[in-house]
Amino acid sequence: MSARDDVLARVRAATATAVAPPLERPVVQSRPGDVDLFVERVADYRAVVERCTPEELGARLAEVVGERRVVVPDGLLEVLDQGGLVLPGAVADDGLAATELDRLDGVVTAATVGIAETGTIVLDHGPGQGRRAVTLVPDLHVCVVRADQVVADVQDAVARLDPARPHTWISGPSATSDIELDRVEGVHGPRQLHVVVVG
Amino acid sequence: MTLAPDPLTSAATFVGMPAFPTAARAALADSQLRHNLEHATHTIRDKRARVVAEVDDWEELRTRGAALKDATLADLETHLLTLEERLTAAGATVHWARDAEEACRVVADVARSHGLDEVVKVKSMATAEIGLNEALAAEGIAAWETDLAELIVQLGDDLPSHILVPAIHRNRSEIRQIFLDKMAGAGRPAPADLSQEPAELAAAARLHLREKFLRARMAVSGANFAVAETGTLVVVESEGNGRMCLTLPEVLVSVVGIEKVVPTFEDLDVFLRLLPRSSTGERMNPYTSTWTGVSPGDGPQELHVVLLDNGRTRALADEVGRQALRCIRCSACLNVCPVYERTGGHAYGSVYPGPIGAILNPLMKGVGVDEQTDSLPYASSLCGACYEVCPVKIDIPSVLVDLRSQVVDAHRGGRPSVEAVAMKGAGATFGSSRRLRLAERFTGIGTRVAGRLGLASAWSGARDLPTAPTESFRAWWRRTGGGTDSAPGGPGSGTGGLDR
Ligand code: SF4
Repeated sequence: MSARDDVLARVRAATATAVAPPLERPVVQSRPGDVDLFVERVADYRAVVERCTPEELGARLAEVVGERRVVVPDGLLEVLDQGGLVLPGAVADDGLAATELDRLDGVVTAATVGIAETGTIVLDHGPGQGRRAVTLVPDLHVCVVRADQVVADVQDAVARLDPARPHTWISGPSATSDIELDRVEGVHGPRQLHVVVVG
Repeated sequence: MTLAPDPLTSAATFVGMPAFPTAARAALADSQLRHNLEHATHTIRDKRARVVAEVDDWEELRTRGAALKDATLADLETHLLTLEERLTAAGATVHWARDAEEACRVVADVARSHGLDEVVKVKSMATAEIGLNEALAAEGIAAWETDLAELIVQLGDDLPSHILVPAIHRNRSEIRQIFLDKMAGAGRPAPADLSQEPAELAAAARLHLREKFLRARMAVSGANFAVAETGTLVVVESEGNGRMCLTLPEVLVSVVGIEKVVPTFEDLDVFLRLLPRSSTGERMNPYTSTWTGVSPGDGPQELHVVLLDNGRTRALADEVGRQALRCIRCSACLNVCPVYERTGGHAYGSVYPGPIGAILNPLMKGVGVDEQTDSLPYASSLCGACYEVCPVKIDIPSVLVDLRSQVVDAHRGGRPSVEAVAMKGAGATFGSSRRLRLAERFTGIGTRVAGRLGLASAWSGARDLPTAPTESFRAWWRRTGGGTDSAPGGPGSGTGGLDR
């Protein structure tokens, strides 16, 4: 018997008398979230977080990025409605190798959803968000979240996400408490997370 | 490349460890370990309590989590078949493994098929359980652990002591020394002027591992959840080493226990709310990655998923014990366990320590097979704290008591050890294991009997305290604070913080 058939047969035998408890799955209508709470919760993770109006966004990004060499993923300026924005150190991602990404300073992206309750940003790596590696290897991640993307809690985020896409949920900069439980921000992921909430 | 001989070939192993009371006695003598563990468990426990209190419907969430897992397990075959179909449709190759050896074989074969002699790894209980690193080392393939704590454990040629913080038995100066001595043999050396500041130690690990991430062609991961309906795998982590492994290499093999399946994508909601708060005591862990098969141009373009049994179906067949398969490996039960706090993870002789280990190991391996496993159901004061914090409501005390009676039954017959004779006596006294089980759970008589028969004295011996044979283990525990002879009000006074 193949391992597959064997394992499945064992599962079948083991569960022959098992009875599934009744399940209620509440239908979730994604609820909008409290933007102030989102900002507060992101800041709790010791990320930098600021708010601005759509009119101010271009100037804010130009100031945050400065001269740094940052990846600007395809579609970012369109998604953010910042067609005229010029970042002097912008680098397009034409399939940059990981070692090339490692030599850049940062990345600027849009987001898919923000979760107020947990201060989490979710990327689905669609237009303006780049493939997964570009938000991982460089040391600075500047992430723009629109106020209308902020939802209340985890269930509201899950309801908005497309399972077919890869997702990265980000709650603050990377961190470890592995050494005597002392929290250290920044291990392998970007050590600086800068969130700009627009609107 | 040259393999670093130390961390790979002489990797320490749990096999042949002494049974729990002996190992616990040794651990208790190690005051550094006790101190570190107490600090760790109390810190995480307090953080957990704070963030759990923020959630209004926490109890309802726990109930939903438990029901979801039970419903999935009851119909596991259907969900596994759906998962297999969706994974395959999304471009992954699905393998099945009856046991550790078969699972390790699959991983080694994938590495071989690409001519690779190294892989990077995300911390994963399943791969630790199957001894993957040792199996790969035997084939000349280096498996680099990338979680900071696992790196410390691996470089130190050591064993993990806690699910969540496996190197908690090491302090900063020991970690500094391990890095200075061992990093050079495994890749980029630690800076010569390395201090013992955690931030500097973490920075040294970042540089050491980055070299490996950037050149890695294959990664091995586990998964916290596998969504049947969509074929989505989920990894929950903190450091970003998981993202590195899941994103940069060309080939990814994920070893997934068959109990990790959840039916729908929406079901992730319940578990992504329960797990981080229970585990690290955070509202959300820094990073969660989900992937559904291959994404063209983004991440590994060759995906393998190994669906692992290795004793899970044995646990599944146990009507009382199958609830242990709900476990989401948060480690909350370890942090509240008075026995774990005083003995540490190594005494359990398994990658699964603490209360969950005390039931999962005998359930997966079977009782009456080895003394170490048979001693685990006794590694508890049955205080119930583990059940109170478990996010999926596993009634660990009831399963422990049931397993004790199974141990008794298993030792009836065959050639009995001294302990088995004692257990048999206890069994005879109560006639049937079910009656013993009930007596033990609700009156403490069983533990009193066990005490007279020498089991509790092994325990109290491990605490350097006189035996109190007429007292139940729990009563003794409550009276003495588990053998800590601190003044009233001191850290070990009674089980104050643990009583319901
Ligand atoms: S048994 Fe419960 S508390 Fe313990 S690790 Fe598993 S899920 Fe967490």
